[in-house]
Amino acid sequence: MKPAEFYQRDRLWQPPALTPDYKTSVARSPRFAMLSLQGSMSEITGPTFGHSDIDAIDNDLIKNYAKTGDPVGERIIVHGRVLDENGSGVPNTLVEIWQANAGGRYRHKKDSYLAPIDPNFGGCGRTITDDQGYYYFRTVKPGAYPWRNWVNNWRPAHIHVSVFGTAFAQRLITQMYFEGDPLIAKCPIVQTIPDQRAIDQLIAPLDLNAAVPLDCLAYKFDIVLRGRRSTLFENRLEGN
Amino acid sequence: MVQPLNYLKESASQTAGPYVHIGLAPGAAGFNIFERELGWDIAGPDARGTRIRVEGVVYDGTGAPVKDVLIEAWQADANGIYPHVEDPRHADCATGFRGWGRAITDFDTGVWGFDTIKPGVVQGRNGRPMAPHINLWIVARGINIGLNTRMYFDDEENAADPVLNLVEQVHRRDTLIAHKTGPNTYRFDIRLQGDGETVFMDI
Repeated sequence: MKPAEFYQRDRLWQPPALTPDYKTSVARSPRFAMLSLQGSMSEITGPTFGHSDIDAIDNDLIKNYAKTGDPVGERIIVHGRVLDENGSGVPNTLVEIWQANAGGRYRHKKDSYLAPIDPNFGGCGRTITDDQGYYYFRTVKPGAYPWRNWVNNWRPAHIHVSVFGTAFAQRLITQMYFEGDPLIAKCPIVQTIPDQRAIDQLIAPLDLNAAVPLDCLAYKFDIVLRGRRSTLFENRLEGN
Repeated sequence: MVQPLNYLKESASQTAGPYVHIGLAPGAAGFNIFERELGWDIAGPDARGTRIRVEGVVYDGTGAPVKDVLIEAWQADANGIYPHVEDPRHADCATGFRGWGRAITDFDTGVWGFDTIKPGVVQGRNGRPMAPHINLWIVARGINIGLNTRMYFDDEENAADPVLNLVEQVHRRDTLIAHKTGPNTYRFDIRLQGDGETVFMDI
């Protein structure tokens, strides 16, 4: 059987490299056209991870760095599925997240924002999707924070999400935003995405049905990775 | 009207940002949280092959080193086998070979590096062999969607490689070739923009 390749990435849907309102992109964006490659073994394979790579507590950001008690902030569950463009769940794939604390401060030696570090909050977690592609984390809602771009730019509350899928061609890092945040529309990083529907797809709705009454709220965030072609009638792949 | 196709759309990428280390390399961010950080064992101690170290710097369009970049590597083992079910030979892949790893920069110098074994020739499309190479994926603040490229070796037979030969401007193929700097060390600098801009790939 021929290995099936992935649908071509929609470069009119994805953000381009050069987005001048996000100033850092100006000197870090390639100017020449990318070389388009049909999938070979190097692209349709990718790393695999198992439960021996992580610990059960790794997906609980309320507990995984707690020293003297729980972190400060609005307690939330973030849950959803990793899917491909065909709508199939992507099972057993690694999902990693990182975020600021409830005050908008990252636990990073390069972050000097005046909001305080939370002694009980690390700000990272990871999990592996189940056999249906489902995942969940527990954390606190991150705060908005200022960043140097224009003098008064603020990032909307967001969680960074890293996903692998089954192939190196599916590798993706994105950010999850929260329903109702007025900063989303004003953020030059969000606005690197040219299509409003693609932005909407990164905004997690409040999901009261998944909340834990008297304990924590929930937001639902599905992540879509590239889908694969079927090998209908293909007995010779033309080209290189 | 016609029937809807109902495909989903890939989630849009967003920059990994300056604090990518918190999520993907928390030790570099300045704290320890996980029992095992992932990405520091491309080739375990039992994996056979020539042990090599690859180092380099990512430069921006002004020529300055990019000091907050994170690079992921994906490669085949010394026999050109990927540890993945889509590789028909995967059952023969080297013991303890993960094939995947992460490299981050020294925050002061911008130099990144990783230790691995030298990959072998990989079976390409339609049976055409691909010269030994390491697939790289580069993310950083200011990079909106991860950049894919490949690193080849200057002490291998690259002339017939089907991917290198797709690069129309022949001199640009050199941007994909690492230079041997010692018995088992290679240098691979990546230029995001400007003179000698690296060839990036839409894979």
